[in-house]
Amino acid sequence: MGENLPRVPGGARLRCDTLGRPVQTLRVKMVLLGGSGVGKSTLAQRFVKDEFRMTTPTVGCAYLTRVVHLSNVSLRFEIWDTAGQEKYHSVTPLYYRGAHAALLVYDISKRETFIRAQVWLKELEKHYIEGSTVVWLVGNKGDLEEDRQVSVQEGQGLANDRGLFFIETSALSGDQVSNLLIDVAHRVYECTGAQQGGLSEWQEAPLGDLHHRDTSSLMTSCCKVGP
Amino acid sequence: MERDNHQEGEAQGVKISDPPSVNNPPGDNLATSLSLLGNHMFPDVAERNDGASISKEETPVSLCSDVTAEQQSLDAELHSNQVTKLETEETENSECFNDVCTQQSDGGSEGAATDNDQSDSGEFVVTMLAKAKLEEQGIGVKGRSSPLLEAGTQESPAFMSHRDEDVTAESWRQHRKHVFVLSEAGKPIYSRYGSEEALSSTMGVMMALVSFVQSGDNIIRSVYSEEHTVVFLQKGPLVLVCVSSSRQSERQLRGELLYVYYQIISMLTQASISRIFEHKKNYDLRRLLAGSEKILDGLLNLVDSDPSFLLAAVHCLPLASSLRDSLSQILQKAITPNLVFSILIANNQLLTIVQEKTVIEDTRLEPADVHLLLNLIGASSAFQAGEIWTPICLPLFNPDCYFYAYISYLDPPECTVCLLLLSTDKEAFYAVAECKRKIEEAMVAQNSLSLIAKVQSYSVSQVGVSDLRHFMYKPFDVPDNYRQLTQFTSPEMEAPYSSEEEKMRLLDLYRYMHSRIHSTSRPLKLIYHVAERETLLAWVTSKFELYTCFSPLVTKACAITAITKLLRWIKKEEDRLFIRYPPKYSTTPNPSKSSRGGKSDQQDATDNGFLSLL
Repeated sequence: MGENLPRVPGGARLRCDTLGRPVQTLRVKMVLLGGSGVGKSTLAQRFVKDEFRMTTPTVGCAYLTRVVHLSNVSLRFEIWDTAGQEKYHSVTPLYYRGAHAALLVYDISKRETFIRAQVWLKELEKHYIEGSTVVWLVGNKGDLEEDRQVSVQEGQGLANDRGLFFIETSALSGDQVSNLLIDVAHRVYECTGAQQGGLSEWQEAPLGDLHHRDTSSLMTSCCKVGP
Repeated sequence: MERDNHQEGEAQGVKISDPPSVNNPPGDNLATSLSLLGNHMFPDVAERNDGASISKEETPVSLCSDVTAEQQSLDAELHSNQVTKLETEETENSECFNDVCTQQSDGGSEGAATDNDQSDSGEFVVTMLAKAKLEEQGIGVKGRSSPLLEAGTQESPAFMSHRDEDVTAESWRQHRKHVFVLSEAGKPIYSRYGSEEALSSTMGVMMALVSFVQSGDNIIRSVYSEEHTVVFLQKGPLVLVCVSSSRQSERQLRGELLYVYYQIISMLTQASISRIFEHKKNYDLRRLLAGSEKILDGLLNLVDSDPSFLLAAVHCLPLASSLRDSLSQILQKAITPNLVFSILIANNQLLTIVQEKTVIEDTRLEPADVHLLLNLIGASSAFQAGEIWTPICLPLFNPDCYFYAYISYLDPPECTVCLLLLSTDKEAFYAVAECKRKIEEAMVAQNSLSLIAKVQSYSVSQVGVSDLRHFMYKPFDVPDNYRQLTQFTSPEMEAPYSSEEEKMRLLDLYRYMHSRIHSTSRPLKLIYHVAERETLLAWVTSKFELYTCFSPLVTKACAITAITKLLRWIKKEEDRLFIRYPPKYSTTPNPSKSSRGGKSDQQDATDNGFLSLL
């Protein structure tokens, strides 16, 4: 349990792709944040299965994975699809702590979700270390153009002000969703992948929660948390 | 018992002294009046209220209220009202109650029902609610808008759900069972049908009723009208109200409200709810429950359709004991520190459950907590997500703290076999997910999934007793397996109970039998009940509780022989029907090799953080 940092790249076993080239698979923790009903789970569905399904409100947090192949590296996205409901807010830091990428999702047809996203941003800024997390502002439900309440300019403006990346997507039609994931993959790899210890190597059988444990005070009692 | 009788006598005394002071307007019941109050017809009721002029002194009369003992209610004579009605409505020829053995025989109370009482209380409710409504208007509750207006601004009908129902419509009133949750400040928190906003004035009236009775140092428990039973339950800062036309007993309805309360606790914990309301009396709890309405809706549907809730026992899937043991062993081997429960579920029924022994030595896992977990799984999106990690409180285990639940299906895309792992460590996701991978591997190696897939619930025909159509059998704990999870077994409901309606009808009969057996004022041990289309026999002993359903032509002698045969069959099959010895593991730092069956575990009470749970 004493191991603090992930294995040093190079020390780890290399895997080969179909062409026989050795390709490293690195773990990327990505968290989806945003108000209730903005489409975080449907986006996650798109990322993972490229399908659209009406979802029920997420209970707690859903964990999904998807491997993205870049030219010289594979990134194994560990996607934490958090519940937008307020009752889970007290536990959400659990999910975004140590994330390499965070997607702040809002619904372009509901202004309050845009405001909510900014609240999440503030929350996130309290915790993240400059340069270690790439943050995207994602205006979802782009298919609801006729009900739009948040303009592209507004979204872009906020993103520019706060140094975020910006994109509008539609989980329903799939528009821009895979582009988003590819972009995130590139950015994460550029920002953190190159750094020593920025991304950990993914093993066939991950050795538990090593690099997440060290960041937190180990609270073994469940009594100490509550909304 | 003595005390019960005494109270009953008192109640009756009070009742007699109550002069029916007003004319009885026909067709008034609570649901009508509640919705009347919520809409434009309100002035009518208000006028009637003027005519009625019921004074405060009369209030305890038709209200079923009880200050002292929770358990002892005055429902005896009120309940018998229903009994007599059941009798007359069900059938003319073959209806017959035969209490073979009763603990008390004060059959006199059966005849105590009068129509006056009922319409009286109905009238009372109308006037009471109207009066309360007036008071509310007088105070001028802010932000109260007309329900009609709100009904007009409903969202597109494409997404019509129960939530969007027009609460002024007749169809809304026709619902068999309404459930409302409100805060002590009268703020709506949940309504099973219709939006809480549209019902805010109705809930205000309910709260007025509650506080009115409270001001007289009394607690309102229930109101009976001709068609409806209204049951109130106050838990901390929450008030839960059930308006039912299902003819269930008050006690059963209150039990169901308690499940609703527990489900809310399971999401928020009791401590945080009290903290919130201590802080801010008129807090809108819907903020925290937003998105969880489906969980409560799902619970109420389960409560109506699954007898586990009625019996307060869990239903486990019949399984060859060798298979169950091998599954248990797989779970026993996949452990990580702070893991406390590993549960394997198929089709909403337990396959096996393994428990941390230090934890379970001091507190037992209650069936109600398992029901809540099963309901959560049903409502969660694990089937689409892969893995879920969520805080959850088990209210009967400890209402003030959270566990962290890992939920994942083992057989995508079918999603019938679900694994639930509970940890006390909120950081343990990766460790727990690793346990799942171990379990998955072992199950593949042993081909468990395909074996589970073949498992089905059983048919009553396997018992080999003709005339027996269905049964529910719940054994009580025997000293041998103390701390065992209370379970029951029951065959599939087959023809003639294959349609939803018929299933519900049979369940209603069982609920009726259950209410007679568990009547607070006159509990029974054995009932032989000849209904129109079937004959039922319910029997409770110190060892078990049994409900059986026979074809209508069965004779009493036949039924008793059949039950003897059934009990023999259950005894023979019990290893298959029940989880006999819930296995245990130890997730203390030095896990000892768990013994199969979990019977001979060493005394090992290392403090590993669990003590804070207990």
